[in-house]
Amino acid sequence: MSDLLERKLVFITGKGGVGKTTVSAALALLAAQKGKKVLVCEVDAKGDLASFFEVDELVFKERQVSAGLWAMSMDTEASLREYLKLFLKIPLVGRIGPLAKAFDFVATAAPGVKEILIVGKFCWEVKENSYDMVIVDAAATGHIVGQLAAPQAINNLVKVGLIRSQTDWMLDILSDPSKTGLCIVATPEEMPIAETLELVNAMGEQTTVDLIAVIVNKVLPELFTKREEDIFESLCVAKAIKALNELLDGDVTSVLEGASLAVKMRRSRTSHLKRLRQELPEQYPIYYLPYMFRRTEGLRATHQIVTALSEELGI
Amino acid sequence: MTAKTRTTSPGDSASLVGLASLDGLLASKEIAVFCGPGGVGKTTTAAAAALMAAAKHGGKVLVLTVDPAKRLANALGLSGIGNTETKISKAAFEAAGISGRGELWAAMLDTKQSWDDLIKRHAPDEEVKERILSNPLYQNISGHFVQSHDYIAMERLYEIHTEGDFDLIVVDTPPTRNAIDFLEAPERMSDFFSSRLLRWLIAPYRSKFINFASRPFYQVADRILGTQFLGDISEFFILFQSMYEGFAERAEAVSKLIQDSRTTFLVVSTLETFPIKEAEFFVDALLERNLSLGAIILNKVLPDYFRSTKAISAAEQLDKQFDKLANELLGKMSGAGKDGAGVLGGLNANGDLSRVFKEVGESFLNFSVVAKKEAEQAKELALSSEITVKIPFFDTDIYDLAGLAKLGRSMWS
Repeated sequence: MSDLLERKLVFITGKGGVGKTTVSAALALLAAQKGKKVLVCEVDAKGDLASFFEVDELVFKERQVSAGLWAMSMDTEASLREYLKLFLKIPLVGRIGPLAKAFDFVATAAPGVKEILIVGKFCWEVKENSYDMVIVDAAATGHIVGQLAAPQAINNLVKVGLIRSQTDWMLDILSDPSKTGLCIVATPEEMPIAETLELVNAMGEQTTVDLIAVIVNKVLPELFTKREEDIFESLCVAKAIKALNELLDGDVTSVLEGASLAVKMRRSRTSHLKRLRQELPEQYPIYYLPYMFRRTEGLRATHQIVTALSEELGI
Repeated sequence: MTAKTRTTSPGDSASLVGLASLDGLLASKEIAVFCGPGGVGKTTTAAAAALMAAAKHGGKVLVLTVDPAKRLANALGLSGIGNTETKISKAAFEAAGISGRGELWAAMLDTKQSWDDLIKRHAPDEEVKERILSNPLYQNISGHFVQSHDYIAMERLYEIHTEGDFDLIVVDTPPTRNAIDFLEAPERMSDFFSSRLLRWLIAPYRSKFINFASRPFYQVADRILGTQFLGDISEFFILFQSMYEGFAERAEAVSKLIQDSRTTFLVVSTLETFPIKEAEFFVDALLERNLSLGAIILNKVLPDYFRSTKAISAAEQLDKQFDKLANELLGKMSGAGKDGAGVLGGLNANGDLSRVFKEVGESFLNFSVVAKKEAEQAKELALSSEITVKIPFFDTDIYDLAGLAKLGRSMWS
């Protein structure tokens, strides 16, 4: 089974719009289909994850969405509440209101606090062993390093107290490559690839979290072989177009133009993929997922990506 | 209130006031804020629009960008040392085939630097300034403050506008977790400093007595964070408090500026499902706040021919009757003499040609579905503004001035 499904805690990141949530949903469903008990969580609460399973809005309390699969949505205040209950034995909900507000405040000022409530929740689930696998539809490339580096940052700032000992065990889980890893989703375009490569460097420098793989989404199909491309080009001359127009009913010119656009799109994307393979250290695999011409949301899209992903992972 | 602009049908009154195009919009406004979901081309479209405004309207135009791709940053002369406005040389302009009347300037947002500038401006005295700048917590925060990017972008905009050096400032907004965060950033910043909670939080460090009511909080906070850390935070806030009035006034002024009638917002989106949803959400957020929605910019729009029935019909025939058509064409071309046949005649290309036909037809039909779906999805968004700009799918990346000019011209027409 692929390394991607071996870890207990997988963070999935990527530039906005590349399909982080699609990949998270598909990976979670795939793992569940392989018999694992899986929790998938959306961190940036946009509410898209629910639509990939066709379920009602997700909340902090995890809910079963299909066989072996539970889903939740991150909410820092709820996470704080759970934390206080677990570690400080403070069950007084009424008094937590202002307390949570005050904490929100501290969290706004000291960046690590909010992040640690997020990352801490997942580490806790791993520590408790309540699931075989926890998949996090995490923050975008710009924020993920801050999130994953938070326990270390707090660990450096806070020398004593409960938080200090908390960050110790969190770091143990996060730094263990057999338990935790990060997966970066990209599309074959300039900025997502550039950000991916930057992130790989930043991760190594600022965090102890292991990179598992890069998943390239929305890869266009190759239209022609070199030989077929030559033939196609010879079709795009006036005489051939004229002849073809006589043979069939309709607008052939536009169809050829469309194919030519598809070839060029594919080609410019190929150059970005080449750059990724050249500059990404060899030990990290790259998996490719196809561009989906029809459905890009909903359970149908999830199912199709599951199929593509399992083929790509060879499972 | 929400539906105010949405119900306006495109084109009717617009032509009367001469605001029906991006051209007119940018001629009339002083600040154009490009916003929308991540990854849709905000930076590139903002730069292209600024370039066109400089070329066509003259004067001095600044594009204030947040996180440009490296090659684009180079093209704009932004080598990574941010915050200072740099002029794009006339020579570079002309080399890119742009005969402009005006000047294009570019600046990149350096969050850390901007924060430091802000502290220097508002600190009541030298000592407070030094203490804040050297506070480890501040150093951490100025780089990562939640919403600090958002606020700083608006703050810089205000700063530049107040200096009065530019006829038009085009702003590319930072990628935020939530597209509307930056709209609320100034307000939130001023709330933050005026908050009763903040005063409550730092109270025990000002006096020796801990208020009875707040005692449980400190007991809990102490256990979680440790006294020393809490003390650090409080010291930091106490220092910040001394700058409250300056900050609050400033945040207020920034708020006013983005509501000013000389400021307009342009929502950029591609036609994909999720960006469209986010863009719609954003449009509603603008309208709710009574901010001016100047234009919708739809980027990477597939050519219209993908939706033409004639083209689709031709593609269907290629997709289904590829073998028959390939044979027929070969027959026809072989009779047409050597020049017309080219590779077709040269190769015994029967099998290959069939495959090419099949691929061409299938690919066209695939993109057809995408084009139809996207056109449908963009309908409502396109109606929300009097001006909708469609930018076609460019088959190459845009990374230099010539590319920006090409993009700009397609937005202008």
